Amino acid sequence: MLNYEIVVIGGGPAGLAAAIEAKKNGAKDILVLERDMELGGILQQCIHNGFGLHVFKEELTGPEYAERFIQELKDMGIEYKLDTMVLEVSRDKKIRAMNREEGILNIHAKAVVLAMGCRERTRGAIRIPGTRPAGVMTAGTAQRFVNMEGYMTGKRVLILGSGDIGLIMARRLTLEGAEVLGVAELMPFSGGLNRNIVQCLEDYDIPLYLQHTVVDIEGKDRVEAVTIAQVDDRYKPIKGTEKRFDCDTLLLSVGLIPENELSKSAGITLDRITAGPNVNEAMETSVEGIFACGNVVHVHDLVDWVTEESRKAGRNAARYVSGALKNTGNKISVQGIKGVRYVVPQEIRPENLTGKTEFMMRVDGVYQNVKLVAKIGEEVIRSVKRRHVAPGEMENLMLDLGNIDPKNLNNLTIELVQEEGA
Amino acid sequence: MYDITVIGAGITGTFIARELSKYDLNILLLDKENDVANGTTKANSAIVHAGYDAAEGTLKAKFNVRGNEMFDEICRDLDVPFKRVGSLVTAFNHEEMETIRCLYQRGITNGVPDMKIINQEEIMELEGNIKEDIQGALYAKTGGIVGPWELAIALAENAVENGVELQLNRPVTAIKKGEEGYRITAGNSTYKTKIIINCAGVYADQIDQMINEKTFEILPNRGEYNLFDKSMGNLVNTVVFGCPSAAGKGTVILPTVHGNLLLGPTAEPIDNKEDTRTTFEGLTTINDHARDTLKQIGFSEVITSFSGIRAKVETKDFIIEKAAGKEDFINVAGIDSPGLTAAPAIAEYVTEMAKESAASMGMSFNKKETFNNRRTPSIHFMELSRKEQEGLIEKDSRFGRVICRCENITEGEIVDVINRKAGATTLDGVKRRARPGSGRCQGGFCAPRVMEILARELNVEMKDVLKDGLGSYILTEQTK
Repeated sequence: MLNYEIVVIGGGPAGLAAAIEAKKNGAKDILVLERDMELGGILQQCIHNGFGLHVFKEELTGPEYAERFIQELKDMGIEYKLDTMVLEVSRDKKIRAMNREEGILNIHAKAVVLAMGCRERTRGAIRIPGTRPAGVMTAGTAQRFVNMEGYMTGKRVLILGSGDIGLIMARRLTLEGAEVLGVAELMPFSGGLNRNIVQCLEDYDIPLYLQHTVVDIEGKDRVEAVTIAQVDDRYKPIKGTEKRFDCDTLLLSVGLIPENELSKSAGITLDRITAGPNVNEAMETSVEGIFACGNVVHVHDLVDWVTEESRKAGRNAARYVSGALKNTGNKISVQGIKGVRYVVPQEIRPENLTGKTEFMMRVDGVYQNVKLVAKIGEEVIRSVKRRHVAPGEMENLMLDLGNIDPKNLNNLTIELVQEEGA
Repeated sequence: MYDITVIGAGITGTFIARELSKYDLNILLLDKENDVANGTTKANSAIVHAGYDAAEGTLKAKFNVRGNEMFDEICRDLDVPFKRVGSLVTAFNHEEMETIRCLYQRGITNGVPDMKIINQEEIMELEGNIKEDIQGALYAKTGGIVGPWELAIALAENAVENGVELQLNRPVTAIKKGEEGYRITAGNSTYKTKIIINCAGVYADQIDQMINEKTFEILPNRGEYNLFDKSMGNLVNTVVFGCPSAAGKGTVILPTVHGNLLLGPTAEPIDNKEDTRTTFEGLTTINDHARDTLKQIGFSEVITSFSGIRAKVETKDFIIEKAAGKEDFINVAGIDSPGLTAAPAIAEYVTEMAKESAASMGMSFNKKETFNNRRTPSIHFMELSRKEQEGLIEKDSRFGRVICRCENITEGEIVDVINRKAGATTLDGVKRRARPGSGRCQGGFCAPRVMEILARELNVEMKDVLKDGLGSYILTEQTK
């Protein structure tokens, strides 16, 4: 049995930031376990720029952003193992992992940070009818092939779903010489960042078909054609609106799902909306001493927010190990209501609060001129104007809960309110 | 000159080839696809039927019951997943109760053991997730589930280990009768053979008519399925059939041998034998059936949908006979449900037919002593004990490297299924044998790694690695 103070599962942006921050806050033996062949996670295949505007105040590519953390991790002498798969995490923080060199590893940790990230939703999950030829793949897999393995995945491409990876790949494949025929999106709005719609579609004259979905895939061995159709308000395809595209590839960018199989094996409670663990102000899950951060908790829009959230998790894991994290007082539950789909963290322990607390959330539709309103019971504690909110962009709200009498703290809600006269 | 050529390496062809490999014969097994089990065998309900469905006195009834008995031994010998979980035919009203009583009687006539009609309470004990308003069910303890393509692959592998020659990518385009047996044109090759056994599935009529008068026609019939994540694998414990009616045979809800949940199939006559598409309507129909039958099910947990083509014939019974006036051409056609269950019994029967033919042709047909009924055991790393796992990694460190994150499949297992007889040459071929890519991410993460391993082991370029059939290329060219 190997013993560590903190084991971080996942060496992507979340795991790296958590490990570094834990070290900075006094944790001694930290081990990062990464299943891929290098650190950095999905950032390594995101060779476009736009990363780091908030954290570093400059624009970096994915690998550049990752490299800063990897270098820092190495400089700090934090131990990590690559190509190492974690098979099981238990409630008592025993970890079973495996790799080629060392075989099966049994590790015991005082605290665990879950940073496994997310995976892409697949064709089966959204029930696209048609044949099952080669040439249908998720946008992220195509991104890996093109940017890391050095292979193109098709010549004439249609994309279903306007998630960020799909938008980025529309531009990337165009630059590599493929013809991107369009992007179909089921919803009346894009699931991606507005800047990606502009920079990846509009700049290249790639049409975006809102309220459309794929209704047929043709081709026995390789995709030969894909048909899309407009959908009604209940997302049902409307007869007569079909458009057929001759193409050899269909990329799917239809959502990301936090990878919580290990969390489930540890008996951690998951949020039905985020599909990630419920966490408290310390990014601690329902199992004491097991923390979580990044896309395993909820899917983020920008890596910068992943970094910030993960620093919080790392810092608190260190505090937990040193016994500084309190867990005796009352707990406030936090809920998104009326237009706010979810809020992270889902629970607050006032005894651990110092200064302002940041809440991250996503809204359920596109709205103009609204207010994000935080309430304790019926009392409004903060109201912030937003000119435009959309599901593709995460919202955050800083709340100062320190001044409120703990006795009055019970239920905290955050909701969307349409501005009067707007 | 081959003694016997089996055309078609699906479940029927591989069972027959493997049965024939017990004899001292020169056997050729041909298939048009680049892998065995690549037609109907890879897309069906994966059920070992008890045998009460088929009408009395049919070949289907006879071979279903006999075939069912043979599964324990054959799956043990070949190390193929098989579970005798039992089956239920559900009855939610008076009419359906009548139907299951008829099925029970038919089962008795067909010689099905261990059946009984059970009441609501007994059903709830077996299947707590079936809706409470169920009235009764026909419970057949001998019903089971199997890995159909795993079985065909194992049979092909064992047949090759016992001397059968397997040739893939060989679509038969012409059969000519010469003075000494047949000349078969398949792909760019020509083969001479004394006896032909036609197991060509949905194409059996075309193969037959290359040399014989038309006596039957295959009527392709498509069935669509939804496969769910393992998180739904415990919704049912047995094979739960809807009650058959004039409208159809009844949709099935069943666990798979790997712990997933499978719903299906629809039944729809189609024109094109390759039309394996799924449809909104079809997938909705099977989901609706599950919603009507079960207390709870999560439709967001579907990981893939697929369809398979049944090789139906007009007579609705198996056609297992010599072509008119020919001792040396045996048709094994119209093998739709319960074809998978019946296949071992069909193989026994066809081997006896071939033996008679051989005798009439003066061809020797003797058992060989060297036949090995067991194939080299397959490796399922995650099912091994801690100690066995450690031992395996020590011997070959590739077993310490997980390639498929969803199913925890190691590089060692993938290399093993590539390098076996009748081994995998494609991404889906690896998936069917070792299961990487069959989990919830459906190969999103592991496909590039599996392709890399295939390219290395087969000594081909990464971009020449196929997904499945010929023409199913994944990568087009290297980036600049």
